[in-house]
Amino acid sequence: MRAASIALVFLVTMTFSGVAFAVAVDEKPLVDPAQEAVARALMKEIRCLVCQNQSIEDSNADLAKDLRRLVRERVSAGDTPAEVRAFLVARYGDWVLLEPPLNQMTLFLWGSPFLILLLVLVGVTTARKKSAPEPLSRMEKAKLKKLLKAGEQT
Amino acid sequence: MIPEIGHFALMVALVVSLLGAIVPHMAIARGDTRLMALAGQFAYGQFLLVTIAFGALTYAYVTSDFSVSNVAANSHTAKPLLYKLSGVWGNHEGSLMLWILILSLFSACVAYGGKNLPLRFRSRVLAVQSALLVGFLLFVLLTSNPFMRLDPAPLEGNGLNPLLQDPGLAFHPPMLYIGYVGLSVAFSFAVAALIEGEVTPLWARWVRPWTLAAWVFLTAGIALGSWWAYYELGWGGWWFWDPVENASFMPWLAATALLHSSIVVEKRDALKSWTILLAIVAFSFSLLGTFLVRSGVLTSVHAFAVDPERGIFILAFLAIIIGGSLALFAWRAPKLAPSGVFSLVSRESALVLNNILLATFAAVVLVGTLYPLVLEAVNGTQITVGPPFFEFAATVLMSPLIVALGFGPLLAWKRGNISRAAQILLPAVIVSLVFFWISIWHDAAGLIMTGVGIALGWWLIFAVVLEINKKTNFFGYPRGFWRRAKGLPRATWGMSLAHAGLGIILLAITVSEAWTEEALRLMKVGDSELVGGYSFTLEEVTPVAGPNYTAVRAHFLVEHDGHFITRLAPEDRVYSDPPMNTTEAGIYPLIRGDLYAVIGEYAGSNAWSVRLYFKPLISGLWLGASFMALGGLISLSDRRQRIGAPAGKKRPDSVPNIPKVPKSAKPTKSTKLTKSAKSTKPKKSTKLTKPVKSTKLKKPEKTGA
Amino acid sequence: MTSFMRFIPLLIVASIFIVFLLMMGGERNPKEIKSVLIGKPAPAFSLPALMEGAAPVTEANLKTGKPILVNFFASWCAPCRAEHENLMFLAHEKGISIIGIAYKDTPAKSQAFLAELGTPFASVAQDLEGRVGIDWGITGVPETFLVDGDGIIRYRHWGPIVGDSLEKRLLPQLEEIQ
Repeated sequence: MRAASIALVFLVTMTFSGVAFAVAVDEKPLVDPAQEAVARALMKEIRCLVCQNQSIEDSNADLAKDLRRLVRERVSAGDTPAEVRAFLVARYGDWVLLEPPLNQMTLFLWGSPFLILLLVLVGVTTARKKSAPEPLSRMEKAKLKKLLKAGEQT
Repeated sequence: MIPEIGHFALMVALVVSLLGAIVPHMAIARGDTRLMALAGQFAYGQFLLVTIAFGALTYAYVTSDFSVSNVAANSHTAKPLLYKLSGVWGNHEGSLMLWILILSLFSACVAYGGKNLPLRFRSRVLAVQSALLVGFLLFVLLTSNPFMRLDPAPLEGNGLNPLLQDPGLAFHPPMLYIGYVGLSVAFSFAVAALIEGEVTPLWARWVRPWTLAAWVFLTAGIALGSWWAYYELGWGGWWFWDPVENASFMPWLAATALLHSSIVVEKRDALKSWTILLAIVAFSFSLLGTFLVRSGVLTSVHAFAVDPERGIFILAFLAIIIGGSLALFAWRAPKLAPSGVFSLVSRESALVLNNILLATFAAVVLVGTLYPLVLEAVNGTQITVGPPFFEFAATVLMSPLIVALGFGPLLAWKRGNISRAAQILLPAVIVSLVFFWISIWHDAAGLIMTGVGIALGWWLIFAVVLEINKKTNFFGYPRGFWRRAKGLPRATWGMSLAHAGLGIILLAITVSEAWTEEALRLMKVGDSELVGGYSFTLEEVTPVAGPNYTAVRAHFLVEHDGHFITRLAPEDRVYSDPPMNTTEAGIYPLIRGDLYAVIGEYAGSNAWSVRLYFKPLISGLWLGASFMALGGLISLSDRRQRIGAPAGKKRPDSVPNIPKVPKSAKPTKSTKLTKSAKSTKPKKSTKLTKPVKSTKLKKPEKTGA
Repeated sequence: MTSFMRFIPLLIVASIFIVFLLMMGGERNPKEIKSVLIGKPAPAFSLPALMEGAAPVTEANLKTGKPILVNFFASWCAPCRAEHENLMFLAHEKGISIIGIAYKDTPAKSQAFLAELGTPFASVAQDLEGRVGIDWGITGVPETFLVDGDGIIRYRHWGPIVGDSLEKRLLPQLEEIQ
């Protein structure tokens, strides 16, 4: 009886091809744990093209499953992570990588923390200089000295 | 009938808002105080009418009135009542109704609670709020009317996304919206100040409680959203730097900066243009978020349905509000005379540094969020700016902030003594270095960043502890600590709690990201798996029928060294309407970390795909966030925050003299500090080295919180 | 604030607004990922034909000297049904050759699909694993590629060819090549 209900639920689960927010739980990890670790790390860097707010590691979309299998295949075939990434970029473009590439077009992006920080600092120091009171003239400095001396004596 | 009443109420609300946006300016031009006072009445009227409209919509949802097209599109008779209610705002039109409800609520609160504000200023603020309401009401009535009817009415609704049928997610939007919309008050204050042409320390004192309240809700709303993602989406992730998540983070950063810079305006009468700009920018970020979800320019899980007409309308609305206020700023900024001088090492400078780093971070998040769009517009190429970039930026910018955070509260106003502060903080430095080395040694791969993160987290926590100790001498003389502690202003406790919360969050993030253990396995009933030192045994898998779903539930027994810890029951659910497949993770929080189990697909021959995690210290995230929100609330409850004039004794070397303000007077011009060449040394706070006999704390150190 | 600095926020916001305005055409779907294969030769592939006994379908089939369409479809895909009419129109009335690739489907189901709706395809291949789809950079079905006479991919139509996308998008591209 229980087996039948499990089977029924299983069938029901399989029928629906709607958007899946279920967790991806995987079928066949690679035999070599080191290679599997490389593959898993790679999967975390690749954006799912269907559920576009997840990596292929997290997504349960069909395409994500296929891509995971592909990544595992290529890793076990000896590709380096860079080669696997290049393979996918050749087909889907830079979009498929969660980390934006560092090239001419993204220079401003990667430099923005430093650039903006620099600009803000420049702005702040400029504003400070403008609002700082004028330094005392020699006459004023002498007057101040006299006043302070007088104050200390009292 | 009821929806028509709601519809009509909206239209009348529009008329009242138009009046409320125009009349106060006319009244001020004519100097007519009675007309000015009407602004408050308009605010109450708007709130009443919008409440009626919102109530009508809610009624339609609760009674499953599918003749209202919005209800038919987004509700279902099989939904539990709570989710029928939360379904009201779980769609584009309804969420806009929530926006205007909260907006009019805040206007009414300003009208009611802003009695300490001068009448003229209050009228201006309410006029700006009304103008905002006009824009939103127009948007709703012209493009997104929730009260449209369907004829013939369908028998059943289209149901709501089952992901949204969740308590965490039922409360996440209202919290966030209170945060977003609360920033409109700061915005209105800023615009009113620009129109008036001056910003005084009093202005800062008035604006802070509203900003703080909005900030608390924004913090709670963001944390709730993250927590929901953590337990609902099933892989233990809680932040993806999704455009709409960023759109909630940017106003949070701006609001945090605003809170801190308004302290400087209040205490030192400096940083005025900057603070005004921040108030405008913070609310602009809120509006940007509203735009991004509804315009279809960016793809996001949060996005509502795309409609170009709506997108253009919101864009125009945003252009008027943001463009208008920034143009006003550019025009009037010269009138905000800068004043207040402070040395490079002082509490003001620490707060300026805080602002610089937070503002830069907000700007970088904006750049990262919009970069793909800009690049595509310019070039046609599509890239993704994902978590790696944002994490890089966060590390670069937030690390110096955390270091400075330790020093800031220990520096005096105007001219601080960094070596003294450093002496006090030396134990914290030592402790964090120790933790750094331990974490490097613990993780043989030597993840330096993990060590840095842990060191910074502990640094901040210990810095807060040491700062409290300085004020209450807990370590030197523990007896009487509570008495001395109670004497400290609540704002100090709020600040310390919030900062400590941040340190805890940092620790939790660093540790859980670095040392989560996970196992993806095919398990049969009876199998055991060891994760993070805990053994998970799959006891059985049962089918389950819920109110609107069927599911498979796994029963895990978790033990540690043979001792029973808990049972976990993760589910894999299948909803029928709309067809969707979700997971409910089985989570058990321990102090050490969370036990997290997920059941996936049936893999044949009695084996199930499962994912098991041990996530160390992840609860620190939620704990730290609650500390931050709680700290904000404690600060808010400090009476000094909420009344117009400072209470308590005057102290030497204290803030410039803030006079009590009679009701209808204009805010006085701030005094300029002129010569600063050889100011007298700031009086050091009394060192509580000897036991204090008196029951009252003598000279509590004035704080900036 | 210097006199210049006070205008900076306004300028920044104005530029962002212009970007938004540019990107808010009603035609643009933010989910669509543009094809990076435009202008490149069609990827090499060799797939078994759907019809038993027919020769395997390879990229050589694309180098006919005339423009040719490659349509990825599946029997389980509802939008594929919706666009079928337009595909028939293109094949029979416009005389364009279309190669169909059944993506991640069983032969029986694909055959039943074509038997039911008619076939616009000159030849049909089976991409059981979906690998060829990945090589072509598809993210779902249906997707249709316009390949010119020399085997270079010139245009990719994302989603079903329904409504006015036939006249507005596909046909103009076709004319350009011819």
